[in-house]
Amino acid sequence: MMYTEKVMDHFANPRNVGILEDADGVGQVGNPVCGDMMTFYIKVKDDRVEDVKFQTFGCGAAIAVSSMVSEMAKGRTLAEALAITNDSVAEELGGLPKNKMHCSNLGADALHEAIHDYQARRSGAVPRTPKPMDAHEHEGEACPYCDSSLEHADKVFCRACRVEFDECPACGGVTKKGDKACVHCGKPLGPDAQA
Amino acid sequence: MRRVYLDHIAATPVHPTVREAMEPFLGGTFGNPRSFHAEGQAALAAVEEAREKVSALVGSDPAEIYFTSNGTEANNFAIKGLALGRKAQGSHIVVSAIEHVSVLNPVKALEKLGFASTAVPVDGAGRVDPAVVEKALTPQTVLVSVMTANSEVGTIEPVAEIAALCRARNVLFHTDAVAAAGNIPVDVKALGADALSLAADQFYGPKGAAALYVRRGTRILPLLDGGVQEGGRRGGTENVAGIVGMGRAAELARTEMAGRTSRMQALRDRLLEELPKRVDRVLVTGSREARLPHHASFCVEFVEGEAMMLSLDMKGVAASSGSACASKSLKASHVLLAMGLDHATAQGSLVFSLIDDTTREDIDHLLEVFPPIIDRLRRMSPLYTRHLKENRR
Repeated sequence: MMYTEKVMDHFANPRNVGILEDADGVGQVGNPVCGDMMTFYIKVKDDRVEDVKFQTFGCGAAIAVSSMVSEMAKGRTLAEALAITNDSVAEELGGLPKNKMHCSNLGADALHEAIHDYQARRSGAVPRTPKPMDAHEHEGEACPYCDSSLEHADKVFCRACRVEFDECPACGGVTKKGDKACVHCGKPLGPDAQA
Repeated sequence: MRRVYLDHIAATPVHPTVREAMEPFLGGTFGNPRSFHAEGQAALAAVEEAREKVSALVGSDPAEIYFTSNGTEANNFAIKGLALGRKAQGSHIVVSAIEHVSVLNPVKALEKLGFASTAVPVDGAGRVDPAVVEKALTPQTVLVSVMTANSEVGTIEPVAEIAALCRARNVLFHTDAVAAAGNIPVDVKALGADALSLAADQFYGPKGAAALYVRRGTRILPLLDGGVQEGGRRGGTENVAGIVGMGRAAELARTEMAGRTSRMQALRDRLLEELPKRVDRVLVTGSREARLPHHASFCVEFVEGEAMMLSLDMKGVAASSGSACASKSLKASHVLLAMGLDHATAQGSLVFSLIDDTTREDIDHLLEVFPPIIDRLRRMSPLYTRHLKENRR
């Protein structure tokens, strides 16, 4: 099985699915291009996440992650909720397949967005409109050489090919560091491009 | 729990008589076909008999069949072997935008060796227009590869027309018939193909056995350099049991195709008809008319394919999806995008492919479990919520 029992449990019986019409904060991450989109709603009382609901468009991992985040956040102080990381969520789920770590594991980000939205509203700022659903950079992109999904830590990297990538300034596709031309659009790259 | 297997395009079950035919070669008849002793010669005779049966399935001479280990190898062999064999004449390759990765990636590999390529677009039904292929040909073009049928959307391509226009211009034509051969009539002479790939696990044969047809007199460079096996064009000790299984499966496909087709097509039509009736905002992908007889594919709006696949699996139904999440690379299906679908819709890809044993009860089971699954996933989908809100306005 590619997913742990815990992931399958949260996928089959997700906790806290739904919408809070009178939410104090709303957070949204992801986009359909990558296949995953999450919306989190929170009610806050006495600086605690009193209630939390979510909606998710996405794969089994994305749904399980959202459910787990909602469970981890409920009843916690805002500071505690902000300390939840995507990695700690994956850990609670008994691990996620490697290729799902970056695209589907965005639940904590969505929760944090909701908390930031709440804080912005309280400080009298204009309520934050949910982030537009544009592609988060590179996520979901695959290595042009071996088709494995790319890592996006501090650099864009293919673990299988051990190749580091840059972004092509012309077409935005990932290109191998040091390549003379973009593999996607053929535009010259690097110092040669200036020449 | 009832299991309903509707993932023919991933693998078919091995037919009992195929397994029976293979068994001696996993036991007592273990010889190497290249050995000049009785054990070896028994194995060689079995391989050659299988070659005859596979050639009969596609209407070729036995000597035009080269066994490979899978469809991917057959496609690599064809693309690289044919293009490199004509490198002196030109360095341009034409493919369709919806080819399998085992065609597209060998072309990419050849680009690093100085070849250029053109991927011709398809229409909304996934059909390649021969006139568009013709326009893509240049004086440099040495090879065209268009699949016989697409496994993701089931569309059967007008390959005979494309082969004819290639022939007229002295351009080689290869067709990836992995999804088609053994399931619909495929005749290399009628098609006019110079090379054609087929795989046993698509017609109740074993995995690990496939073949490339190469028209007699066509120059093709080996992919695996080695010994004298397969006329020196594909080195390596033969997968004797697998090849024997492929031969038996080809024989069965030839004699049973008509019956299989009529059984599966009626059920397939019911599925294509009923599923969009049971759930709203479900669209059929691929051609309705020119379609593999065992293939039904859809895009379900507002939900994601892997989540549907997992949910169906929990209800006993095995299906597949071309969604980004369902693939290891997390990329949306290049086939659905080439057909003009947007990313969100393409994520809702779902493919059902029937096997000969599929029953009406199986299809009824699917039709029964499907609506509640979609209802549950849509209730948690922000895209569906947005759709409902917009409709209310």
